[in-house]
Amino acid sequence: MEVLWSGFQYGFFQRALLAGLGVGLACALLGVFLVLRKDAMIGHGLAHISFAGVAVGLFFGFLPLLSALVLTVITAGLLIKIRQKAGVYGDTAIALMSSFGFAVGILLVSLSSGMNVDLFAYLFGDILTISSLEVKISLALAVAVVLVIIFYFRNFLFTTFDPEAAQVAGIPEKRVEYLLTVLAGITVVLGMKVVGLLLVVALMVIPAASALRIARNFRQALVFAGIFSLSEIFVGLCLSFLLDIPAAAGIVLLGFGIYLIILFSQSRFRQRS
Amino acid sequence: MPSDVIESGRLDSPLIEVIGVSFGYNQLEVLSEVNLNIYSGDFLALIGPNGAGKTTLIKIILNLLKPKKGEVRLFQQKIKEFKDWPLIGYIPQKATHFDPLFPVSVREVVAMNLPQARWFDFWTKKMKEEDVLRALQVVGMENYIDERIGYLSGGQQQRVFIARALVTHPRVLILDEPTTGVDAPTQEKFYDLLARLNKEEGLAIILVTHEIGIINRHVNKVACLNRRLVYHGTHGEFCQSDFFRQMLADGHHMIFHKH
Ligand SMILES: Nc1ncnc2c1ncn2[C@@H]1O[C@H](COP(=O)(O)OP(=O)(O)O)[C@@H](O)[C@H]1O
Ligand SMILES: [Mg+2]
Repeated sequence: MEVLWSGFQYGFFQRALLAGLGVGLACALLGVFLVLRKDAMIGHGLAHISFAGVAVGLFFGFLPLLSALVLTVITAGLLIKIRQKAGVYGDTAIALMSSFGFAVGILLVSLSSGMNVDLFAYLFGDILTISSLEVKISLALAVAVVLVIIFYFRNFLFTTFDPEAAQVAGIPEKRVEYLLTVLAGITVVLGMKVVGLLLVVALMVIPAASALRIARNFRQALVFAGIFSLSEIFVGLCLSFLLDIPAAAGIVLLGFGIYLIILFSQSRFRQRS
Repeated sequence: MPSDVIESGRLDSPLIEVIGVSFGYNQLEVLSEVNLNIYSGDFLALIGPNGAGKTTLIKIILNLLKPKKGEVRLFQQKIKEFKDWPLIGYIPQKATHFDPLFPVSVREVVAMNLPQARWFDFWTKKMKEEDVLRALQVVGMENYIDERIGYLSGGQQQRVFIARALVTHPRVLILDEPTTGVDAPTQEKFYDLLARLNKEEGLAIILVTHEIGIINRHVNKVACLNRRLVYHGTHGEFCQSDFFRQMLADGHHMIFHKH
């Protein structure tokens, strides 16, 4: 306990907690909508694009977080255009995009020497090394995402539940889809810093999947997803500090454990009743 | 043509006018020169075989699809300029096809349709409670307000969707095959509810349906669509038409042929 307490005094640990909790909340809330839209893998696809964005940043010497943000948000917009216009199957478009993003990343790595280590950190997450500038950007964007979700709550919920009726009620369905995808792009880039490209989809999907199992209404789904995400990230980071394990692994395994507990306690409960 | 007969001499103006509308998906022509007027107090059955273009026509009326030719006017306005969407209640064919695990309560489903609803209206119990509760009372679902919608039966879900449409106090209600997969007694109660809304509140109703059985009891107008509008008239005239006799002859085909 004392070790942990001393951990809270360290600047790097405080920064990790602050950024992790903010980003985790944004990911989880958005994740509820994406999971219900059966569009959770869009996070995975966009994460690959942000990987290319990071590589571009490292290659040309920009702040990787910023180049990743720009590239990912632009691609999110393009993805929606492609889907709405060409009628490409959603998962095919995502597969095309992920492989393209990853290929660009690999190409840039091979062209430069010495950036392998940095890029590696983005693959697997390096929240404990986050800089204070990155913390500020992450927190500001996470708060912005949460505020947008609150502000457009009705539009997001209605179009997710019944897109046709929502459109008839005067909600611009396509613009809502666009906005959600752009928000997904932003949170993915932020989440990549926390748990890495390969696990960022977990931040969106796991708390949402757990919450959807037990929520009786939509309000509860959002509240539970938020609580699960915040506690998983808090405990996961503490564990990673205490046991010296990778933060990303701690957070994701913890979340998965909670999901399994809910799943099994529910199925046992169902059998009895 | 019967439609001219029933529409001439009316003093009130139609709520919905479909004027010479044609539409096709790619090359396939689905609607050809359709004319149709809906007046206050109408309870119109829009019937026709599968693939006749009924859903397509509804979507054009709702501005979800743009006609290739012709135009739609809603409440005397061009559809592009029309802003009063709360005046039109819509229950899509796929309304009850949502994921049963979708965690949304009856209260939230109805509140969704309130244009002025903000996030806190979904969170506090007091705000907008009256509107939502009243709409649920009309359909007799007020005791289920906090139930998760996926846990209700198909017939109960349909009532909630009616409440969702009614919460904005519409003047027209459009239902696209609302009772597919609902048992007969429940259907009967459902159509009684619609008839009551039509009579007591003067709500105009467009009911897309396969079942000619129900049109005998409740509706006062019939439009039969098969790419073109092949029949349009009052219910009384419809029952005496050759068209109806012919339909009865093919009747069971039309009733039981589900997608
Ligand atoms: N999105 C679409 N793309 C292409 N063809 C369609 C589409 N929707 C419907 N159709 C075709 O248009 C015709 C009319 O469909 P629809 O309006 O759904 O008929 P109904 O509701 O009367 O059964 C059918 O032949 C159907 O296959
Ligand atoms: Mg149809």
